[in-house]
Amino acid sequence: MTSTDRVGRLLTLVPYLLARPGISVDEAAADLDVTDRQLREDLELLWVCGLPGYGPGDLIDMAFDGDRVTITYDAGMDRPLRLNQDEALALIVALRMLAETPGVGERDAIERALAKLENAAGEFAEAPVAVRMAGNADRLEEFRKVVQRRRALRITYYTASRDEITERVVDPMRVLVMSGKSYMEAWCRRAEAVRMFRIDRIDAYEELAEPAAPPPQARSAEVRDSVFTPTPDLPLVRLRVDRSARWITEYYPCEEVHRDADRWVVTMRVADLGWARRLVLGLGAGVTVLSPPDLVAVVGGEARAALDAYVAP
Amino acid sequence: MGVSRSRTERLVNLVICLLATRRFLTAAQIALTVPGYEHDPEDPREHDAFQRKFERDKAELRDLGVPLETGTASVFDTEPGYRIARREYALPDIHLEPEEAAAIGIAARLWRNAGLAAAASSGLTKLRAAGVEVDPTTTLGVEPVVTVDPAFEPLTSAVRAGQAVTFGYRTPEADAAATRKLQPWGVVCWRGRWYVVGHDLDRGATRCFRLSRIVGGVRRIGRPGAYEPPRDVDLIDHVARWSGPVERTKQASVLVRPGRADGIRRWAQEIVAGPDGDRMVLGYADVDQFAAWLVGYGADVVVLDPPEVRECVIGRLREIAAQHPATEPAVRPEGVPA
Repeated sequence: MTSTDRVGRLLTLVPYLLARPGISVDEAAADLDVTDRQLREDLELLWVCGLPGYGPGDLIDMAFDGDRVTITYDAGMDRPLRLNQDEALALIVALRMLAETPGVGERDAIERALAKLENAAGEFAEAPVAVRMAGNADRLEEFRKVVQRRRALRITYYTASRDEITERVVDPMRVLVMSGKSYMEAWCRRAEAVRMFRIDRIDAYEELAEPAAPPPQARSAEVRDSVFTPTPDLPLVRLRVDRSARWITEYYPCEEVHRDADRWVVTMRVADLGWARRLVLGLGAGVTVLSPPDLVAVVGGEARAALDAYVAP
Repeated sequence: MGVSRSRTERLVNLVICLLATRRFLTAAQIALTVPGYEHDPEDPREHDAFQRKFERDKAELRDLGVPLETGTASVFDTEPGYRIARREYALPDIHLEPEEAAAIGIAARLWRNAGLAAAASSGLTKLRAAGVEVDPTTTLGVEPVVTVDPAFEPLTSAVRAGQAVTFGYRTPEADAAATRKLQPWGVVCWRGRWYVVGHDLDRGATRCFRLSRIVGGVRRIGRPGAYEPPRDVDLIDHVARWSGPVERTKQASVLVRPGRADGIRRWAQEIVAGPDGDRMVLGYADVDQFAAWLVGYGADVVVLDPPEVRECVIGRLREIAAQHPATEPAVRPEGVPA
């Protein structure tokens, strides 16, 4: 924490407490995201600040009742400092994102909050940032309602990594939008684990009479920017990639990418060799499998088997 | 800690003093008033030290966003004076209904990026200090997860400053990062990805760049206020043009092995089961992309019609077969899914 941060915090602290007479120190500390001790040190420091003259009637004053604090004299610090440029940007852009996310509830409240915040931010309200989230709005809205009804679902789901459509019963937990794709997070009774289902791959669903009941061990995943995080136990695949297929290094998590003459050698972990086979076949001449040997044989064998069908009479 | 504490105390007192005064106060008057600036103005070394300290403090308050006003108390004054206009300093009154406050609370939590997350949280604290109550338990049913690339902050502030930037830009197909020069107009989040749109100074045309491909930081060039972004520009439209939806107007028919290639089945417009497999009709736009997708399913799919797709698939399969020559024995090993 720099001294600038602390000055900013102190300037906010007086009006914050002023608006909440008799608030307990722990509640205020939790709200402001500081420790009890930091907050008490801040209060001690404020006690020696005030108007010129710095006599008993000029200094900021407060009354303590056990753990509760009330500002009794604010020395003119009754309003917080206006939002700075970064604060206005962070809040306004985030609200625009919320407003743009298909299926989000309370849309009117978001729009009104945005208008009021832009008004309060004054000259900083004009954030040079435009937002358009993707996704099928109707579908997302539908699933938001499904999740809210808290019923178990039987879904027909396409798993791209295994290229199969399966039926399973799930207990929905929440709906989220990430990197332009929408997902339903749910407890999958078949896998007995929390799974993220891409909403555009739920081909059909049926609401069951029984309530959604994710077991206590079902916890929401800490979501970053990618649903698939490779783990070290997954098989490594090495590919030689030319310019036309180089985009895969931006699209899929890679362990290593290095230059080899006019091509690149890419090492990635894959959840399923069947998926890797479809990926490589789909990329065509832009990719050659270097290892594992099983994958080299399967890709070549599959291509030859497919060609046979075309030369047949 | 001692130094930091006295500095913090001095700065808070300076803000209170300048908020309370109507008259502009000169540095000398401030030194006589605010604790922490005591010095002998006749001693050049002490005076220099005071001036440096006061300059640093002013800079720190400006960093915080405290609007320092400069002026003179009367026409006879030669020294500039300082004060803070309460109207400029204070967050304007903001009255939020509980669900509006809740929406801002949720918005503040969206950022996973350190810089903006901290700004969102300190902004929210200011709203709370203005009397807004935020219920931290509210949800809106759908949660967007927002991540942002490091180039976001320097680019948005360059747009505001009206200052051109230069950066290294690496596309996946290129060997090395190329240096680009841009007058940025704005930043766009399109389908979860971030882009900057602006006037490319080398190309002399409007261009958009993906933020995740910017390498090695963004540097400002040229003078601030050198240009103004066009007023009527639709930033999203510029980005969307690069990745618009495709219309699948052409049709192909394929034969799929029973029970296989579920990924293709989902897109079939028509499926007719037959003795040699399931005949399906599929819509497509670009022959090459469509063929590539079909080839992904290997021998499970045979294209019947039209010839342009059939030939494209055969050509691709030949290339793959040549690049993955058979080793003896060419059988599918155990444990690898077909």
